[in-house]
Amino acid sequence: MSLTILDPTNEAVPLERQITPRPEVIKGRVAFLDISKPRGSVLLDRLQEAFEQRLPQVEITRYTKPTFSKPAPDALRAEIQAANDFVVEALAD
Amino acid sequence: MLALSPFQLADMTGESRGFSGKAPTVVCFIKEDCPTCREVMPVLAAMHDALSQHLEFLVVGQTVDGNLQLQQEYAPPFALLDDSALKVSFATDIETVPTLLVTGSNGATVAEQVGFVRDDWQRVVNELAAQHQTDAISIDWASLPEWRPGCGSLSVDPTHAERLLAEAENSPIRARRIDVGSLDDEFEFMFDQGFSDGLPVIPPTPERVVRMLAGTTRDAQEVIAIMPPNMGEVTVEKIAINCVMAGCKPEYLPVVIAAVEAVCTDDFNIHGVMATTMGASPVMVVNGPIRHRIGMNMGIGALGQGNRANATIGRALRLTVRNIGGAIPGGTERSTLSNPMKFTMCFAEWEERSCWEPLHVERGYQPDDSVVTIFAMTSGPVLTIDEGSLDGPALAGTLGQASRTILNDRAYSFTNTLMVVSPEHVDTFERGGGFSKAELRRRMQEVSAKTYRQLVADDQSGVGLKPAQAAQMSDEQLDRVVEKFKDDEDIYIVVAGSEAGKFTGSFHGWLTGSRGSIPVSQKIGT
Repeated sequence: MSLTILDPTNEAVPLERQITPRPEVIKGRVAFLDISKPRGSVLLDRLQEAFEQRLPQVEITRYTKPTFSKPAPDALRAEIQAANDFVVEALAD
Repeated sequence: MLALSPFQLADMTGESRGFSGKAPTVVCFIKEDCPTCREVMPVLAAMHDALSQHLEFLVVGQTVDGNLQLQQEYAPPFALLDDSALKVSFATDIETVPTLLVTGSNGATVAEQVGFVRDDWQRVVNELAAQHQTDAISIDWASLPEWRPGCGSLSVDPTHAERLLAEAENSPIRARRIDVGSLDDEFEFMFDQGFSDGLPVIPPTPERVVRMLAGTTRDAQEVIAIMPPNMGEVTVEKIAINCVMAGCKPEYLPVVIAAVEAVCTDDFNIHGVMATTMGASPVMVVNGPIRHRIGMNMGIGALGQGNRANATIGRALRLTVRNIGGAIPGGTERSTLSNPMKFTMCFAEWEERSCWEPLHVERGYQPDDSVVTIFAMTSGPVLTIDEGSLDGPALAGTLGQASRTILNDRAYSFTNTLMVVSPEHVDTFERGGGFSKAELRRRMQEVSAKTYRQLVADDQSGVGLKPAQAAQMSDEQLDRVVEKFKDDEDIYIVVAGSEAGKFTGSFHGWLTGSRGSIPVSQKIGT
């Protein structure tokens, strides 16, 4: 059951979390994270082909979560964060 | 009499049934574990059989399991409606079950029975029978007890009451509700949202905020102040939310409200206090009867940790300034080093142990007023030890000497200080006929005074009057005396601390006066 709390601020700022600013150019190291949902790997395979054709300057590393139903283990998150500039996470079914 | 508003509830088959307010209706609120409710089940069944052709007949149960059990045991001819959310019971102000209400065709209540008084129920039933010209209703009244008290309605049970008040249509709560995901840890969520001062905060659930609001008689939506730097509107409700987060008890709320009023004045200048690189922070001193009522610490360790009221009242003010004012370190709060008072700094004066008028009386309030006074201080409490002085003039001299270096040894005439005198130092001041606050201030000023000549930068320190400036001054000007504090009244004196220890703790000020911050007192209301 979720918990409801009351906003302690003056409510001038929207509650939604802001996304990280998008860079102009994609270059460097890109993590492809398969969350272990069925056929997520298929989507990532096709995406990887497209990336390799259009963005030859990026280096892709594939990762896999043990299970889609739980958050990624801390060690995996830390590893992805340390070794990459971008993450593509595939949600599929 | 209790008034019903139209409602819809599900019966045990999931079908929605309700009170329209447009037809004569009998509504009875019951709960399974109440013996009196069980006693009236056969009465309700007989009433239903005789009257349900003529009027709406609704029996409202307060728990799902209880309804199931009543259904199994009594197989009543009427449907049991599910008010396990208790919203209808709450909205109708049901305090006792059974409560029987009879309404007319316009929805207004025409008869009400709370608990079970046999003769009164019989009268109501007979009147209904007569009104609708039904046959005699077969109830063996003689077999029923003459009188049975009802049971407490679940809607007034303390485990539900605050939630129901928070959820009700006339709830005092208006703040944006934020649902924390079921997989999110609520404490981590509060950190992630930036609501915290860096320590865990108590999640301000609607129930907790409703409980907190019970600590004041003020309307939850009353706007107490507009708080810089973001010019946030501070309502009583918003203060209560931050009080919950800080860990306050409801009875502390009026102190925090008064504190918010005080800091949002032009004199106090909370914007500047928060924004300055000097790291000023509010220091709160509480005077008057409320100190005892809410259990504040004014004795041993009064300026430190360990007392809930002291710690959480100061913290609640800081969280309010952060969350509503928007003063966030690295944002508009620009303190270079900052200081731990930015978490909390609040204590009470030990008026009874003082040889002087307490702070609030000195500032024009009555002794039995409860008052909070707020200072903008950049550091402290800085300890001055004097175990040698045997009278007021000597001890005041020590304190004067110690005040010379506030901010720096040549920072003269622009700051203030709040001195917390310990009981043993109070005894020293009392010795030999006493030493007034005015005498203490004057003596400190005399001892700490310097000439302009002594304030010129030199080989020891580059701070002070520039030699080039000094060169423009006459000998007479250079020999003129400058006092540490622009006015004697810039030295504030209160008493707190334990019986053992010849110490005075001094908070050191920021810029005082109209270009900085002037201490502000505010009477604490209800």
